[in-house]
Amino acid sequence: MLLQANKWLRQNGASTLNTQQIASRLELIDITKQYPGCLANDSINLCLQPGEIHALLGENGAGKSTLVKTIYGVVAPDKGDILWDGKEVTIKSPSTARDLGIGMVFQHFSLFETLTVSQNIELCLSQKHLANIDDLAEKIRQLSEEYGLNVDPDKYVHSLSIGERQRVEIMRCLVQSVKLLILDEPTSVLTPQEVSGLFDVLRTLSKEGCSILFISHKLHEVTEICHQATILRGGKVVNTCVPSEETPASIAKMMVGDLAEQDTQYTKKEGTHTLFSANNLSLPSKQPFGTSLKNIQFELKAGEILGIAGVAGNGQDELMAIISGEDNRTNKSSLSLDQMDIGHLHAGDRRKLGMAYVPEERLGRGAVPDMSLTENTLLTHSTGFIKNGLVQWQEAKDYASRLIKKYKVKCHGEFSEAKSLSGGNLQKFIMGREIGQNPKVLICAHPTWGVDVGAALAIHQALLDLRDQGAAILLISEDIDELFLLADRMSAICDGHLSPQVKTQDTNIDQIGQWMAGTFIDTQRELTQETQS
Amino acid sequence: MIRIQARTEPSTLMKIASPLIAIVLTLLFGCLLFSAIGKDPLQALHVLLIAPLSDSYNIGEMFVKMGPLLLCAVGLAICYRANMWNIGAEGQLLAGALGGSAMALYFIDSDSVFALPITLLAGIVSGMLWSAIPTFLKLRFNSNLILTTIMFNYIALYLLIWAVHGPLRDPQGFGFPESALFSDATLLPTLFEFSRIHLGIVFAILAGFIGWFILTKTHLGFQIRVLGADEPAAKYAGFNSKKLSWFVMLFAGALAGLAGVSETTGPIGQLVPNVSPGYGYSAIIVAYLGRLHPIGAILAAVFMAILYMGGDLAQIEMGIPVAVVSMFQGVLLFFLLACDFFINNRLTLSHQATN
Repeated sequence: MLLQANKWLRQNGASTLNTQQIASRLELIDITKQYPGCLANDSINLCLQPGEIHALLGENGAGKSTLVKTIYGVVAPDKGDILWDGKEVTIKSPSTARDLGIGMVFQHFSLFETLTVSQNIELCLSQKHLANIDDLAEKIRQLSEEYGLNVDPDKYVHSLSIGERQRVEIMRCLVQSVKLLILDEPTSVLTPQEVSGLFDVLRTLSKEGCSILFISHKLHEVTEICHQATILRGGKVVNTCVPSEETPASIAKMMVGDLAEQDTQYTKKEGTHTLFSANNLSLPSKQPFGTSLKNIQFELKAGEILGIAGVAGNGQDELMAIISGEDNRTNKSSLSLDQMDIGHLHAGDRRKLGMAYVPEERLGRGAVPDMSLTENTLLTHSTGFIKNGLVQWQEAKDYASRLIKKYKVKCHGEFSEAKSLSGGNLQKFIMGREIGQNPKVLICAHPTWGVDVGAALAIHQALLDLRDQGAAILLISEDIDELFLLADRMSAICDGHLSPQVKTQDTNIDQIGQWMAGTFIDTQRELTQETQS
Repeated sequence: MIRIQARTEPSTLMKIASPLIAIVLTLLFGCLLFSAIGKDPLQALHVLLIAPLSDSYNIGEMFVKMGPLLLCAVGLAICYRANMWNIGAEGQLLAGALGGSAMALYFIDSDSVFALPITLLAGIVSGMLWSAIPTFLKLRFNSNLILTTIMFNYIALYLLIWAVHGPLRDPQGFGFPESALFSDATLLPTLFEFSRIHLGIVFAILAGFIGWFILTKTHLGFQIRVLGADEPAAKYAGFNSKKLSWFVMLFAGALAGLAGVSETTGPIGQLVPNVSPGYGYSAIIVAYLGRLHPIGAILAAVFMAILYMGGDLAQIEMGIPVAVVSMFQGVLLFFLLACDFFINNRLTLSHQATN
């Protein structure tokens, strides 16, 4: 994998050299940022021409946020150079970035609800900018007309919809006459109509020579609007492409990597009887930024691993919360365990029936950061450690140290606080804790995300051992290689729809990639219509 | 240029030192203030902090004040550990005093041995009821617990004032807003002959140890700590956060109610409008000063009780207004929160010029 990435880098490096003759709007050379325990950006090269709409793609944790924060001056890179209009610059802070002409619209807006649009915009303008503007409200109206933004400067922000607020954020950048606009997942909060409106604005901006850096998880949008795309994986640029020449499925494939590099093979098994099932489960999202689940239907058999592939934010978190019972708005019969309806049960009751979970978020959900590993063992594994309501701390301690030894968790001891462990080691610990309860059903999200190769192998083996003992495992992952490696049956989730499930041997990465992009949704809809008529 | 920088991990040293630094800063501030109003600062501090411990009567009075402070603080500490921001100990205390007094007046002609336990129980249940309403509002309608508990403090206060002016007023009391003196059967026994120390302080210290036991030894306490430290983890583990919220709120209400009824059946001996000089509010500071730890609260309650005593003495001996106590408490909390900031942050000197 590394070798291929390096090859890509070299090719990529060569292409940047070629384009260097034209003065790029922005050029990043060898940007590297090391966080404790994680190389967030590893020698990233990126080049943006005036008027170019450039997509930045990658899984969660691929390093996209760190990279744009570097450009916007929030994060200082450890190494590397930034060229702005051909000149080397150091961007010390967001205000330096704004002075250069870089504007950014964050995923979560930073507007004061009790102020009007023009007051909000005035707040973030520097003295320099303000001096150039006679009448801000008039300027906003004029820009609003020019770009079709439809922003009324006198309205109070609390009265605006999410889409309108986003346009205020964009307006804020326009007033400062930006030359580079960074948008972090701008469409995740918008309705389809608002999305097409936003795209019109972006196209106008691009025609006038403003460069746009566009972070998105929605691949069809990227193919629709972006001129160039850079794909990050594990902090490295693994690929670049022209999105209009690609399909969402082929881009998805680039994002998650190449299957051919996997050298280990595990035997696939067939499950025996159905242990857990979701029956036609639909649920609107609780959060405004969430995904609603639509007609989720699957069966999980004893002794098998069912993998669910998908690009982040397509309903995985919501599905996980519903299966675990953290969100128990579901009706009784929509979920069943061992022929028993459990849709109405609380998370704690479901655990008692033999379900266990490994959440995506290790620190802060899977483990309490400020508590010791002994206490974190007790978090979900309490059988045997509680007598008459009292905690048997000594026994819990002994068990925690056995877990540490068995799963080779690197730490000072069972007294170490969870937050002192590296991500991979904490994941091994959580995995061990959940598997140690001998669950009938294990739900596992992104089990090896951000974990080093050795730990990943150990986690894979632990999962397979649990499967061979007859447990049913649901594996939700963005890492398609891992899914093909471990899962006995495969499925994909897109926009809250779950695809049919097929045996891993009977499918291939292309089909799953297409499913991840949502191609199954129409056929599913036709099928349901057919059966209805 | 001094800059504030987040620490990579919280400083253990600061966690322990913070209350001590806050106390020192408060005393320094006090010195400045006393100088400003023309009093000898050292003498004032002596009267405030040393004199209360100078003779056995004063030490006894210190324990009398420490009781209700500690009872409320233990309950609050456990609430705060569960992220339940109960500011209503004062109201729960007053409700306890009111409910307990009503029961004590019912037993006014009784000499039954059950009169006192039933009276105490009435106080406890009243305190629990008073904390139950805001808890219900929070869990059912997601109302802001801080606001509702504060509002309930006022409702309790005026309810109590209404009661002593109306139904619970002593018919032979010449119209004074006070209840009749309680019968001996409903009075808390004093522990020593020479002072007013009563059984309440035993309840309080016992509560401190029970609170400690719950938090550190029981599974319930563990769940409370997880809920407060990391709510998503508590959800993930499947802990019943509603049940836990109910428990901590009712526990705090019970202890505050016990504090209230112990005041009326202890040193006061009747229901009067000013049962509490703000014990329920001071207990918030006690809980924080004790690092939200029930045993720490015992030490902090001693300090706060001394301050209460000292305030009285300073008024008598030096003519310093008694409001100085509230001010000291406020300044102390202010400094404490300011010092706590440095548990997670630190100051660094940077030579980089900013633009």
